[in-house]
Amino acid sequence: MAYKILKKEEIAPSVHRMVIDAPDVAKAAKAGQFIILRIDEKGERIPLTIADFDKEKGTVTIIFQEMGKTTKQLAKFSAGEFLEDFVGPLGTPADVRKLGTVILVGGGIGVAPLYPQAKAYSKVGNKVISIIGARNKDLLILEEEMKDASSELYIATDDGSKGHHGFVTNIMKQILDSGEKVARVVIIGPPIMMKVGAGVASPYDVEILVSLNSIMVDGTGMCGGCRVTVDGKTRFTCVDGPEFDARKVDFVQLMNRLAMYRGEEAKAAEKYEEECRCGLH
Amino acid sequence: MQELNGEKTSKAKKERIPMPEQPAEERRKNFNEVALGYTKEDALAEASRCLSCKEPKCVEGCPVNVDIPGFIKLICEEDFSGAIEKIKGTNALPAICGRVCPQETQCEALCVLGKKGQSVAIGRLERFCADYEHQQGVKVPEIPELTGKKVAVVGSGPAGLTAAADLVKMGHKVTVFESLHKAGGVLSYGIPEFRLPKEIVRQEVKYIKQLGVEFKLNYIIGRIKTLDELCDEFDAVFMGTGAGLPSFMGIPGENFNGVYSANEFLTRVNLMKAYDPEYDTRVRLGKHVVVVGGGNVAMDAARSALRLGAEEVSIVYRRGEEEMPARREEIEHAKEEGITFRLLTNPVRILGDEKFNATAVECIKMELGEPDKSGRRSPVPVEGSEFTIPADVVVIAIGTSPNPMIFKGSEGLDQNKKGTVVADEETGATSKCGVFAGGDVVTGAATVISAMGAGKKAAKAIDEYLKEQ
Repeated sequence: MAYKILKKEEIAPSVHRMVIDAPDVAKAAKAGQFIILRIDEKGERIPLTIADFDKEKGTVTIIFQEMGKTTKQLAKFSAGEFLEDFVGPLGTPADVRKLGTVILVGGGIGVAPLYPQAKAYSKVGNKVISIIGARNKDLLILEEEMKDASSELYIATDDGSKGHHGFVTNIMKQILDSGEKVARVVIIGPPIMMKVGAGVASPYDVEILVSLNSIMVDGTGMCGGCRVTVDGKTRFTCVDGPEFDARKVDFVQLMNRLAMYRGEEAKAAEKYEEECRCGLH
Repeated sequence: MQELNGEKTSKAKKERIPMPEQPAEERRKNFNEVALGYTKEDALAEASRCLSCKEPKCVEGCPVNVDIPGFIKLICEEDFSGAIEKIKGTNALPAICGRVCPQETQCEALCVLGKKGQSVAIGRLERFCADYEHQQGVKVPEIPELTGKKVAVVGSGPAGLTAAADLVKMGHKVTVFESLHKAGGVLSYGIPEFRLPKEIVRQEVKYIKQLGVEFKLNYIIGRIKTLDELCDEFDAVFMGTGAGLPSFMGIPGENFNGVYSANEFLTRVNLMKAYDPEYDTRVRLGKHVVVVGGGNVAMDAARSALRLGAEEVSIVYRRGEEEMPARREEIEHAKEEGITFRLLTNPVRILGDEKFNATAVECIKMELGEPDKSGRRSPVPVEGSEFTIPADVVVIAIGTSPNPMIFKGSEGLDQNKKGTVVADEETGATSKCGVFAGGDVVTGAATVISAMGAGKKAAKAIDEYLKEQ
């Protein structure tokens, strides 16, 4: 099997968007789901959220940040080249319904999976207030797309280089405080941001959902590597999630589990970069 | 002199020809196959032990009814190609069965020779024939004219592969759907290289492809398409989706880093080749590894951990050795390699450090009480006998159940309480019209050969069903 890369662009420093020819995945994809890809025979299987899909063209869009060896290697691919494996859609689709007003909060690369949700929530008639943020304005992604898909869009940057100077969760709090009746908040981003966001929103009478990105191998419920404690029970992110009730997620455990291979990952990335410098890749 | 020879021969005939193996000291450091296979001379000598019974009991013990005396007779005649053809008449995966079937409880258990001495080493002879064929180049049989019927096979493990091979030989167009990137199911992700080299699996899958079966990998039924949609597109569906959902114990500390399901541990090692530094997938290398469980999967996990470089590997099992469901041979191999067996011992919690890494398993001693429903004496904890075993890697190998994903969009398909599919034992027919099932998805975790037997029966029933359509 091989899956063609139709388009590739760097949308922020070290953040890339790829459009993949994967008609079977595109046809079945829904907002909130993810895929797993493998670059080549020796590659690892990595989960990436679906950032967009086009059922007619049979394409799936992914957005990834260069972090470990695999994403660094993936960044070197160009349009016209092929990925060995691309499987999905995985995970339970986001529970998108008409609720009234929904706040979507995205941090960093977490804005990518938020985009299909913004479209989906808008499509069924919700008022969608989106808040997207990044460390600085250069790292901010999908601003135009999110603007088009939302009723209102707010921006926050950690350094104040664009929009609100501070965190996305500050804006979220302001809106929740404003008295506007909000039915649901969806927060997607780094685990620490989701944890903080969930904490901020918790006192309000609002449903809070987060989408988790655990370590996994198969993505079909087979390995259990992605297990996470929700409401005191062990759940599998890949099949029971990735979307969970934020108030019930054990974020500390999630963060600890995400760190499981950090040492090895850093070494592998370093080795890969060294090999790149030597012209081996 | 002649008499002496005769006596010698008869004594030799009582004992089977030993299987050449890698010495334990050597093999515990590598992932190469443990059993090296019979030479031609070994095979001829072993085959000559067969009495060619008129009413062979061994065939009855085989879930796919291989003509055992028939193929052994051909070995004696040095017609190895004929022998493998004979086996393949009923068994599409002989290289695999020759390696992983529990012959000692099936064909070999019923061998007449076994009553007074050692039974004929049927499995080893089967493997010899299959390996001989691979060396010579595999012959692909002619496929009959197409019937025009289309069958979907969900899952490419032993049940699915067998059903697919049989159905395509009956002239049906067969498409196999596999969720992973490699075909083989448990043969690829579960059983380790040192017991079943992946090259063997690749060759057997290649053979089934050559028969004309189409494989769709990375294709998840329950996500890309539902079972209901498959029913609309195909004339019949066979579900061989196995038992892929790992069970955990539900004890405190089970989510510490370093605690794996056997599925995850073995998938990382086998399918993703984490033992090979050339590959990107990682697995935590434990110094002290504890494997919980007493089945073949537990043995596989323990022996894999040892090969990854663990200093000490223990198997923790709540009953005694007699009650262990693993094959005798696997238990012996594990012992030879230096795995510690901590029997009548049950984990009560896993301890970890401030960085969330597993550090030890707290266990309690057990004693055997009254026999339970399965007939095995059920273990009861001995009060106050708690003790800890250091462990930076813990592998939970206490069983699996069917993956519920397949049941999304499967109107009218009845399941048991345990999540298995209700299917007729003889035909694999389910409550859903045109859908047949077999293997672990029906029985819960069992053996490769019983899944193959179910795939075979279902293929026959599907053929009959299609003829009636």
